[in-house]
Amino acid sequence: MSVAGVREAITQAHHEEWARVVAALTRRFGDLDVAEEAAAEAFATAVERWPADGVPPNPGAWLTTAASRKAIDRIRRENKRDDKQKEAQLLYDGPPEPVGAIDDERLRLIFTCCHPALAMQTRVALTLRMVGGLTVAEIARAFLVPETAMGQRITRAKAKIKAARIPYRVPSAEDLPARVSGVLAVLFLIFNEGYLATGPGTDPVRHDLTAEAIRLTRLIRALMPEDGEVAGLLALMLLTEARRTARVSASGELVTLDEQDRGAWDAALIAEGHRLVRERLAAGVAPGRYQILAAISAVHTSARDMRDTDWSQVVALYDQLARLDPSPIIALNRAIAVAELDGPEVALAAVDRLEHTLAGYHAYHATRADLLRRLGRSQNSRAAYDKAIELAGNTAETAYLTRRRDQLG
Amino acid sequence: MQYLVSVIFDTADLATPEEQAAIDVFNDRLMAEGHWVFAGGLGAPSSATVIDNRGEEAMVTDGPFLESKEYLAGFWIIDAPDLDVALKLAAEGSKACNRKVEVRPFL
Repeated sequence: MSVAGVREAITQAHHEEWARVVAALTRRFGDLDVAEEAAAEAFATAVERWPADGVPPNPGAWLTTAASRKAIDRIRRENKRDDKQKEAQLLYDGPPEPVGAIDDERLRLIFTCCHPALAMQTRVALTLRMVGGLTVAEIARAFLVPETAMGQRITRAKAKIKAARIPYRVPSAEDLPARVSGVLAVLFLIFNEGYLATGPGTDPVRHDLTAEAIRLTRLIRALMPEDGEVAGLLALMLLTEARRTARVSASGELVTLDEQDRGAWDAALIAEGHRLVRERLAAGVAPGRYQILAAISAVHTSARDMRDTDWSQVVALYDQLARLDPSPIIALNRAIAVAELDGPEVALAAVDRLEHTLAGYHAYHATRADLLRRLGRSQNSRAAYDKAIELAGNTAETAYLTRRRDQLG
Repeated sequence: MQYLVSVIFDTADLATPEEQAAIDVFNDRLMAEGHWVFAGGLGAPSSATVIDNRGEEAMVTDGPFLESKEYLAGFWIIDAPDLDVALKLAAEGSKACNRKVEVRPFL
């Protein structure tokens, strides 16, 4: 096999096997820290050995065996004075687990990393490290924090899991819906940080993060195929990702939905997203918020252009969403659809009612600015653009808002 | 595995009769289900005395070691197999005593 071929095989093994290896080792040794370090060492060994020895026929089994040896070495080093019996137990810990159980192992890992007793940012970091296999340096870069700080956050999280005995298991049926929604919140946050990256020095769209979020959501979908919200979140991500390249211009400016080149949308992702939305509609179960958001996205991606969009359907879906989650952000997005259905004046009245809760949110001001512009109220529009630009963190959005403001008469 | 469930409150008010009744029901449940280790309510922070005997002689100081807006009003020590169980019990405890609680594992 060529050098490039081996490198490709290692990358593929990393994508496919990392979570499996970490999950299997965590189960076996009862320690996330040991599992993570041993998995990292096993992959480093693969990078060293596979070019010379060739890629093993079953990379996952090779990596798990290599990682288990590394873990046993570490535990032995740490327990030098422990009695011989304990060491023997580590070496002969019973028959190997049946292959079918391994998928559950990864679910255990995901639920542990997304445990509600951990802070949201910690859950995100831990999930990207333990399940996604990103390095601490990569995660630190993604969230614009120093590597040492990110390393400490992950180390503290592992220590808390161990000391407070956060269980390594799939939650009981009674707790499952709430815990799955916690996992999905983590994945959606990763996706959104990629989709609308913040910070002056970052790319407006961080494809690495959106791709990782989709990959992890696909994994959960494979593990929990019956869960409607998992399917909904995956569909939402796919339908959003499909528009990624059309969303930012060559000059790095945000392109709004009405100006996007719909021919540049990714037809395969849209087809997959639509399939998932149809599957959920056919299920006949009341949809949760991700399924409704995906359905809204499906309406947009089914339309040839803005005028062809079924805005009454969009507004109806936002109404349904608002009943589940009466948040001002949903009310803001509903108002944007109302502007297309009933005109900017009606929408502006709805938006203005949100001032007390959304005055610090850039999208509130950007929406107002656009509606005021369409109503010919240039001076008010300019002030709203100024406020939106001041609050926006995404470089493409800032560029778009600035151009719009400067075009005002 | 044992957990300290600290009851955090911002005034020295004692539990109301309703709260006390709810706490009693919760305590009975802890005992019946084998989670009970120990529990107690504490006097106001102003009744605390601090002793520091790390030096030549014991230094006695009046008052709590830390002035804060919120303080420990009482606690449970519970036995639970893992944090999920401990958090569930703590949530019920918080409801019963009508106060915020903190869950912390013993070493």
